[in-house]
Amino acid sequence: MPNSNDTTFRNATIAVLVENEAGILARVVGLFSGRGYNIESLTVAPVDDNRRLSRITIVTSGTDMVIEQIKAQLDRLVPVHKVSDLTLEGPHLAREMMLVKVVGKGENRMEALRLADAFRARVVDATTESLVFEMTGAGDKLDAFIDLMRPIGLKEVSRTGVVAIARGASGLA
Amino acid sequence: MSATLQTQTEARTMTGAEIVLQALKDQGVEVIFGYPGGAVLPLYDALFQQNAIRHILVRHEQAAVHAAEGYARSTGKVGVVLVTSGPGATNAVTGLVDALMDSIPVICLTGQVPTHLIGNDAFQEADTTGITRPATKHNYLVKDIARLAGTVHEAFYVAKSGRPGPVVIDLPKDILIGKGPYAEAPQAPHRSYRPQTEPDAQMIRDAVALLKGAKRPVVYAGGGVINAGPEASRLLTEFVRMTGMPCTNTLMGLGAYPSTDPQFLGMLGMHGTYEANLAMHGCDVMLNIGARFDDRVTGRLNAFSPHSKKIHADIDPSSINKNVKVDVAIVGDAGRVLAALIEAWKAEAAQQDKAALAEWWRQIDAWREKRCLSYVQQGSIIKPQHAVRRLYEITREMGRDTFITTEVGQHQMWAAQYFGFEQPNRWMTSGGLGTMGYGLPAAMGVQIAHPDALVIDIAGEASILMNIQEMGTLAQYRLPVKVFILNNEYMGMVRQWQELLHGSRYSESYSAALPDFVKLAESFHAKGIRVTRAEELDAGIREMLAHPGPVIADIAVAKDENCFPMIPSGAAHNEMILAPGQTGGVAGVTDEGKVLV
Ligand SMILES: Cc1cc2nc3c(=O)[nH]c(=O)nc-3n(C[C@H](O)[C@H](O)[C@H](O)COP(=O)(O)OP(=O)(O)OC[C@H]3O[C@@H](n4cnc5c(N)ncnc54)[C@H](O)[C@@H]3O)c2cc1C
Ligand SMILES: Cc1ncc(C[n+]2csc(CCOP(=O)(O)OP(=O)(O)O)c2C)c(N)n1
Ligand SMILES: [Mg+2]
Repeated sequence: MPNSNDTTFRNATIAVLVENEAGILARVVGLFSGRGYNIESLTVAPVDDNRRLSRITIVTSGTDMVIEQIKAQLDRLVPVHKVSDLTLEGPHLAREMMLVKVVGKGENRMEALRLADAFRARVVDATTESLVFEMTGAGDKLDAFIDLMRPIGLKEVSRTGVVAIARGASGLA
Repeated sequence: MSATLQTQTEARTMTGAEIVLQALKDQGVEVIFGYPGGAVLPLYDALFQQNAIRHILVRHEQAAVHAAEGYARSTGKVGVVLVTSGPGATNAVTGLVDALMDSIPVICLTGQVPTHLIGNDAFQEADTTGITRPATKHNYLVKDIARLAGTVHEAFYVAKSGRPGPVVIDLPKDILIGKGPYAEAPQAPHRSYRPQTEPDAQMIRDAVALLKGAKRPVVYAGGGVINAGPEASRLLTEFVRMTGMPCTNTLMGLGAYPSTDPQFLGMLGMHGTYEANLAMHGCDVMLNIGARFDDRVTGRLNAFSPHSKKIHADIDPSSINKNVKVDVAIVGDAGRVLAALIEAWKAEAAQQDKAALAEWWRQIDAWREKRCLSYVQQGSIIKPQHAVRRLYEITREMGRDTFITTEVGQHQMWAAQYFGFEQPNRWMTSGGLGTMGYGLPAAMGVQIAHPDALVIDIAGEASILMNIQEMGTLAQYRLPVKVFILNNEYMGMVRQWQELLHGSRYSESYSAALPDFVKLAESFHAKGIRVTRAEELDAGIREMLAHPGPVIADIAVAKDENCFPMIPSGAAHNEMILAPGQTGGVAGVTDEGKVLV
C-alpha cells in the first residue's frame, strides 16, 4: 500500500527481456495477480533463439510508486534480464495487430471495404458473406475501426495486445 | 574425443541421486532435514551409502523447513530440506513462505512423479512448482538430467545471494534414477540474476551529508543486517557509536546491535518501546538499514515519521519506496553500505551538531523515564514478563552461548522485549508470516548447528501444539532443546485483540483441554517441569537449564496479561497504548484500524 501522497496515476508500457524457459510467463502473471497490479495487455514471444530470450510487453497502470514497484518486482525475478519502462524512458512506438471478421452482404459489405481502405486494413479472407481484415496500429485506432464495423456486421475480433519498442538508436538487448 | 577425456567424463557419470548429493557436498552441506517417501527413495538410498551428509529425520515436513531456517539463521549457511512428492511438498509450503517472508536461505528438494507421468494425476502428484512459485524466491523442475548438477549449484547461488530466500528443486523420480554427467559449480556469473552489493558512492555521500546535518537522527536497523553476516552487525555498532546516534532494531534485527549498549532504544513498532517509537516519530533524519518499513513498524503510513528525511539502504531495490517514499536510496549489502558510511563519515569534514544531538538525547532520556517495559511482580501469580526476564538474567549469569527461538503470540513479543541479545544470529523468530509452530523445529535446527550451545524455545501453550510431534526428533537425536512455555491458557495475542477491539468477546481463544505437558514431555523421553508459583520460578528455570537433555518447562503465568506498549492497527507511533498505570497517548481504534491485522 503506497503513501497517501502518491496519487499521480499513469500508464506504463514495460518491456521485459526474459530467459525463454518453462514457467516464466506464469511467474510474471502470478506476480501481477498476487500483488494486485493491473494488466491491460501482455504479449510474449521469443526474440532471440541463440540466447534463448523472450520479450514480454506489458501495459499497466498505477501510481508512480506502484509502477516503480512493478518494475523492481519484475527485475528481481531470477530469469529476468532487463526491464525497461518505455513510457518513462522516452518516445516509443506501440503497435497492436488484430483480425476482424465482418459478416454481411450488399451495401454493408461495400461499406466495410470502404472503411477498411480508409483505415489501411487488409482483406485476408473473403467469402460471399464474410470478410476478415488484418489491421496494425495503435490501440485507439483499432478501437475506432471496431466501433465502425459494429453496426455493419462485426462478428469476431482477435487482438494481439501491444508490442512496443523505443524510438532511436538505443536498445534493450 | 580423446581417450583420457572420455574416461574423465565416464568417471563423472552418476545417478541423479548421486549427482544431487555430490552437488550438496560441493556446496558445503553437512546436514539436511527431511522425511522420506516413494518419490525420493533413490535419494534416501544414496544417502544411506555415504557419510558426508547427515540426515535429520523430522516428524512433519513443515518442521523440516523450520529446522532448516533455524540452522540457516544461526549459522549464516543455507539450510537444506528433503521431502517427498505430493503431501511431502505441500506440507513444506508453510515453511517455505515463512522463509520467503523472513529472507532465510533454504533449499528444498522435493520428489516428483516420473516425468512421463507429470500431468496425469499420478499417485502423490502435486504441481509443486506451480504451488510453490509464489512461496519461493525461485523454483526449478528438473526434466533433463544433463542440467541437474548445474541446477543444484544455481539454486544455492540464488538462495544465498542478494536478498536470501527459499528455493525449491522439484526432482522427478526418473531423473533421480537415471544416469548423467556431474558438473562442478560454474565460475561464470549468472546469466540474469546479479544483485548489486556495492553501494553507489554518491548515495553514500548524500546519506552522510544528511546524517551530519541532523539534529535528531535515528538508526533503524533490521533483519538485513543479520542477513549480511556478523561483520555487518559489528560495523553497525561501530558506526552508531562513532556518530553518537540512537539505534533501534526491528523484531528481525534484534541482536544486530548490542541490547545492553546505552545507545540502544530497544525494539520499535507495534510492541516496541516508547522511546524507540517516539524517536522514530520525532526524528529529522532516519537511517533505515536492512529493514523493510513493515506495517508492524510504521503504523499508519500517513502519520509515519512525518518530519524526517529518510535514507534507506537495502539489497533489494523492491524494498525501497515500496511502503514509504525515501529521500536517499542506497542499493547494496548492509555490510558494504556500513563500511562505506564509516569511511565517508571519517572523510567528510563537516561537523556534527553536537549540541543538538545532546538535546535530542535529553529528550530520549525523558521518554525512557516512562519505563514503558516496567511491570509489577507481586504475589504468587507469575507475570509472563517476569518469567522471561528471569530466564534472561539466569542464562546471562551462566554465561553460556544462548540461542532463543519463539513461537508466535504474546510470549514472542515478551521474549523480544525482555530477553536481550548482544550478538547477531542468536534470535530466531517468525516475523513476517508469524507462523505458530515455528519455534520448536527452528530450535532443533539451531541445536544441530550448535550442539554445545543452550537453545531455548520460548513458547505459548497453543503454538507449541502445532509442531509438538518434533519432541520425537529431539529424543531421537538427543537434542537438549529447552521448551519454555508461558502457559496463559489462552491464545493470548488473540485474546488481547478481542479484549481491546471486540468488546472482550473471547471467541474460540481459550486453550481448552490442554495436555499435561509434564507427562507429554515424559512420553517423548524428555524431562517435564511445571512451575505455578512465582516463588518457584528461579528454581524451575535452573532445573531446566541444568538438565542435560530436552526439557519442557510449563510455566503457568497470569492468564489475562496484555502485551504493552502497543500501537493499535491503523494508529501512529505517537498514539501508543501503554500498560495500565503508565500514562501515554491512549488511542481509540478507528473502524479503519479494525480492518487491519
Ligand atoms: C505477533 C507479531 C508482532 C510483531 N510486532 C512487531 C513489532 O512490534 N516490531 C517489529 O519490528 N516487528 C514486529 N513483527 C515482525 C514484523 O511482522 C516483520 O517481520 C518485521 O518488522 C520485519 O523486519 P525487518 O524490517 O527488519 O525486515 P526483514 O523481514 O528482516 O527483511 C530484511 C530486509 O533487509 C533486506 N536485506 C536482506 N539482506 C540484506 C543485506 N545483505 N543487506 C542489506 N539489506 C538486506 C531485505 O531486502 C529486506 O528489505 C511482529 C510479528 C509478529 C508475528
Ligand atoms: C499457524 C497460525 N495460525 C493462527 C495464527 C494466529 N495467531 C497469532 S498469535 C495466536 C495465539 C497464540 O497463542 P499462544 O501460543 O498460547 O501464545 P500467547 O499469545 O498466549 O503467548 C494465534 C492463534 C498464527 N499466527 N499462526
Ligand atoms: Mg497462550
